[in-house]
Amino acid sequence: MEMTGAQILMEGLLREGVEHIFGYAGATICPVMDALKDIPQIRYTLVRTEQNAGHMASGYARVTGKVGVCIVTSGPGATNLITGIATAYMDSIPMVAITGQVPSNLLGRDIFQEVDITGAVTPFTKHNYLVKDAAELPRILKEAFYIASTGRPGPVLIDVPIDIQEQVVPDVTFPEEVHIRGYKPSVRGNDLQIKRVAEAISKAKQPLICAGGGVWLAHARDELLELAERYSIPVVKTMMGVSLMPTHHPLNMGMIGAHGNRCANKALAKSDLLIMVGTRAADRAILSPDEIQRRMATIHIDVDPAEIGKNMQAAIPLVGDVKVILQQLLALDVPAPDAAAWRECLKEYRKAELTREFPRREGSVFPGTVMRKLGARLDDDAVVCVDVGQNQIFTCKYLPQKNGRLLTSGGLGTMGYALPAAIGAKVALPDRQTIVVCGDGSFQMAMNELAAIRCAGMDIKIVLFRNHVLGLVHQIQKTDPYHGPIGVDLDGSPDFETIAAAYGIPSLVVNDEDQLDDTLDRFLAVKGSCILICEVHPDVGTYD
Amino acid sequence: MKQTISVLVENRAGVLNRITSLFSRRAFNIDSLAVGVTDDPTLSRITIIVDSGNSVVEQVEKQLNKLIEVIKVRTLDESSLIGRELMIIKVSANKNTREQIMTICNICGAKVADISPTSMTMELSDTPDRVSVFEDMMRPYNILEVARTGVIALQKGAGKI
Repeated sequence: MEMTGAQILMEGLLREGVEHIFGYAGATICPVMDALKDIPQIRYTLVRTEQNAGHMASGYARVTGKVGVCIVTSGPGATNLITGIATAYMDSIPMVAITGQVPSNLLGRDIFQEVDITGAVTPFTKHNYLVKDAAELPRILKEAFYIASTGRPGPVLIDVPIDIQEQVVPDVTFPEEVHIRGYKPSVRGNDLQIKRVAEAISKAKQPLICAGGGVWLAHARDELLELAERYSIPVVKTMMGVSLMPTHHPLNMGMIGAHGNRCANKALAKSDLLIMVGTRAADRAILSPDEIQRRMATIHIDVDPAEIGKNMQAAIPLVGDVKVILQQLLALDVPAPDAAAWRECLKEYRKAELTREFPRREGSVFPGTVMRKLGARLDDDAVVCVDVGQNQIFTCKYLPQKNGRLLTSGGLGTMGYALPAAIGAKVALPDRQTIVVCGDGSFQMAMNELAAIRCAGMDIKIVLFRNHVLGLVHQIQKTDPYHGPIGVDLDGSPDFETIAAAYGIPSLVVNDEDQLDDTLDRFLAVKGSCILICEVHPDVGTYD
Repeated sequence: MKQTISVLVENRAGVLNRITSLFSRRAFNIDSLAVGVTDDPTLSRITIIVDSGNSVVEQVEKQLNKLIEVIKVRTLDESSLIGRELMIIKVSANKNTREQIMTICNICGAKVADISPTSMTMELSDTPDRVSVFEDMMRPYNILEVARTGVIALQKGAGKI
């Protein structure tokens, strides 16, 4: 069949099961946009800045497990998308980004809206392509989706010059299979190692599972819970894994890390066998890997061999798909460890954390209090998207988790992630309750996307903590070795109620904890989107 | 410790950029890097010398393996590899010094590639150590220019990586 490059691209996306594209059109992507007209099965969301196309595709990918797709134009469109791609890369989110490019015969001449985008994104894409012949597009698309979604997932970028989009290919065939000789992700874990892991678990007195975002990526939540429950092993989570286990699960010990729950860090410090599943043990989660290595035995399960020994040298490394490995482990039947005393000791830590009293300040609400009260009211499977800053820490630490999802930019820490990610998640799962938590800093990085909410008539509830400063930086600047706040006052911020009204979205304000229950009830009862502005004192810190 | 990493990659535009970009992004230091096509025209071999400990070299190997266009990575065993480097060196020479330079060339196995009334240009392919010795020996004669290729290497014996 005779097709243009743009038509091949659209047909290829359709064959990969793509149902939604997030994008921003421009001159060099016009042939592709034109071909989209003929594909009613694929819906399209116009973002207000390209970065958010990446975040929306990320939110979409994370709740569906499918590859998120975004399409933008060349030059500034492509460079604006970079933060979205880097955010996805750091959290291993499967994504295919397609960028328009200037005509291939003019590449390298610095013509209007030309930028070397494949060169720019090489350090933070799993792979990328600059297409030089439309006849290669069927293979490239097939490979891109395969690479993005298998092994350790990640973003793949395809840069398509406009003449390639227009190029007519006489006999187009779409490959059914992928053959890439340099890419063979590991799936099954080594049987001998699996046995060693089972034995180590069985012998441990104070075993602890540390679960990360890799468990979500491998769709292995059920297996993780089964392993923990069968052997009664307590579980701590990294920020990327925070919603893997409900807060009130008896084995849940909360989130580890510099900004984590005390009970989780105490458990980590005292454990004698740490089973890390789908986590890279990054600095925010594990401050001193050397210390951990010295004090306890470690098992590291990850799909990416390069993660083994990168931040921490594990006693028993186990490389492969987390779901498959956990299934292999569950297929073995070893005696449960004798760890009743350990669980009893952890119970005390946990109780202290769950019943911890929060400070109160006149004329404001404490974010931790808001989170506890909000979480109690959310649907069992709600999707909560949280931004970066104090709001992220309060949410991950104190929002009671049930059986939903918590989406956040854990790796790159990109402010402005939550709102677009929520839109992407809502597009995929329109019936799921969707919540955004952000601060007045991060909200202003993404509030232009209220247009997408309005345009689609979406129901997304936005909790906005307003403390008039960049709270986390403010908090850091008040401690050694710095000399006090500078450049963090959010002076000139708009009245968010007026902003909400301008987009046709209602809003509520709460500045009194006695009003909190009632306001939260009214907020969640609103039909359609609503913004709840919570007045927070600027001196509130995450350790309060 | 200097270690030699042999990498087989797809012979395509942009692959070298991915490799060097990886080294700079992961803060790995390269001593030398040499690249050329193999007997299979779809494959290139890149020989990289790094001066790092074993754990860093292990990370380098793993990170290289993650690149889609990298087919195979192997750290060569120092005791059983053949590593060679080509140097072209131009020194000042006149009728008084030419003979002395020729003597050193004969001892070191270097060939004269070009000669002019005021200069001589030699080529030498040998282990990096011996290439350096020759370069040192040329120093008293006023080195004008030097070009070195970086090491290329293969494992001894019939095995392939």
